[in-house]
Amino acid sequence: MPPAESPELDWEARSAAVVVPPARPRKLAKVPFVELAEGRLQGVVSSGSDIDRVYVSQFTAGDHTLSCSTNNNRPCGGLYGDYTCKHLDLLIDEAAVQFGAARVARYLRIEAEGTILHGTDLVRMTTWRVERSSAAGVFARFLRHLSYLELPGTAEPLPELHWFPATQLPSAKAVS
Amino acid sequence: MLGEFLAQTPTGVAETLETVAAFDEALTHGFGRLSEARQAALTGLAGAFGATPLGERLAEAAAKIVAGSPGDDHVAALAGGRSAALGAVHDALLTGLDTALGRDRAQWEPSPAPDAAGENLLSGVRTWLVELAVAGWRGVTEDLVSSADPLIEGLLAEPGRRRLAVLLDGFAAELRASSPLLTLPQLPVRRWADLWSRAMLLAQPGLPAHAAGQPVSGRFLPLGVDLHEHPTALQAQVHGVLETGGAARLVRVSVSAAKVDTITGAAVWRLLRGHTQLLAALAERRSLDLTGMTLLGSGDLIWDEAHATAGGPADPFATARVQLRQASAAPVPPLERHPVRLAEPVFLEAYQFAADGPLTVDTDRISAASPITAELAASASAMIGLLRWDAGRWLVQPLAVETTVKKKPVAVHSGDWAMGPSDPKAAKAEAAAGDAVGVLRERAGRLLRK
Repeated sequence: MPPAESPELDWEARSAAVVVPPARPRKLAKVPFVELAEGRLQGVVSSGSDIDRVYVSQFTAGDHTLSCSTNNNRPCGGLYGDYTCKHLDLLIDEAAVQFGAARVARYLRIEAEGTILHGTDLVRMTTWRVERSSAAGVFARFLRHLSYLELPGTAEPLPELHWFPATQLPSAKAVS
Repeated sequence: MLGEFLAQTPTGVAETLETVAAFDEALTHGFGRLSEARQAALTGLAGAFGATPLGERLAEAAAKIVAGSPGDDHVAALAGGRSAALGAVHDALLTGLDTALGRDRAQWEPSPAPDAAGENLLSGVRTWLVELAVAGWRGVTEDLVSSADPLIEGLLAEPGRRRLAVLLDGFAAELRASSPLLTLPQLPVRRWADLWSRAMLLAQPGLPAHAAGQPVSGRFLPLGVDLHEHPTALQAQVHGVLETGGAARLVRVSVSAAKVDTITGAAVWRLLRGHTQLLAALAERRSLDLTGMTLLGSGDLIWDEAHATAGGPADPFATARVQLRQASAAPVPPLERHPVRLAEPVFLEAYQFAADGPLTVDTDRISAASPITAELAASASAMIGLLRWDAGRWLVQPLAVETTVKKKPVAVHSGDWAMGPSDPKAAKAEAAAGDAVGVLRERAGRLLRK
């Protein structure tokens, strides 16, 4: 039996409208942190060669600049000219997995056309220039992000969460 | 009788929603630049309360906002008026539903004294909310959204302010994710006005704390679990029947955890592992014996593993078929009255949620953390569900379904994966994503050592 059509609900009139779909699951080892915030796609990328090193990589929305440096602000040697380094490539690929390429494109204000398979497809759709910026802010935001994992839970009801149903990505579950 | 009730809308609901919608339209465009029609929407909301004790205060508030010099108390008054209007809609729907279901509901008892912790942060929150209202959604910049970050951080550190903290965090995340708002194709007009109004109420000083509680003992029979999630919060609300000395009561257990956005799907259950007995009862379909656990007047059990022991097997469908009809319900705390809070457990036969009937399955409330799918719900012969109401109609959120898979009858429950997914494909995905916490901590450790 085919599934029933979703009820025709007026999205703008819905209290429980889904505005932010849940993040698509992805492996976190290479890119433990990625966010669309402060006018940038930014995050933390693990070094491919040195387990003790991480990079902070950033794409700026609007003026389309790039930055990549180690967590102690040493510039990434792979970033020169107008080309992204492998850390930036990894970051935007993982961002497209987590948020969906359309949301990344909209946030960065890239006019995306056609089918986008990987985040790096978005890189080619505009021109970029390198503008080094500090890693400290992103690093601080990653630590704040992690601090949520240390917050104690509660057994007191949080009635406001009725506005936030746990949902699923469209077609996330296969028909069994 | 239920079908008849669900197919119609109680008197006054449509008119009230029109008043609310007009207010929401004004809020969307911003109190800083109100056209005449939108000014009329604010005075219209105030006018709806003309004959009530709120009337004078709302009229003054609307006049001040229209004149362009609102204080945060004026903006808060209108948020209160909007909330009261939706509270009335909630009451009309719930009273009608109780009658249709033959469900008894206790009267509300006033709450204990307010909790004063963190009140200095509240004025900052009110100021932020007024700035949003003045700007209108399309005028909200990312800088304005980010200015709430320190407030949210402060509120999260105050356990007594978790409700407001979690609400603001989810709201701010949506505003940020929708950035740039100026060019967003469609705005969630009702939703954001809801979140904004509730935040304004929770940011008032002297808000009553929880309903008063008393210790209860008895057998708790779970019906199913309703999961709530936003990027940094998770709540599992278990609905069930509590048997105490011959009486059966509808109660809820709510356990919640903070999280990060990359922990999602079936992996979220790991965040609640501190409540093992509760999760095991869900996964194994067992009852729980409670001794001296606190039950609030709102029907909320304050879960404490020390006051619970595992009971015998308890099929939620048996509970739903036998106990649900007689179980009495708890009253809704005044400040929680809003149609979104309606989540009444019911047992339904297939004809009651058929595609052409008055009740449709809310597929947006089917979680990736349970084996229930829209397809299973559509083919179900019976269902335990939560009756909900949104965008002017009744919906059902499945908590459990009885259906036929490969010619065999099966029962699929919302809490089946509470101790980890049983389906091999889902288990593999969960295992891959599940170590998120470990990976994040290890990477952060590398950064911190520098």
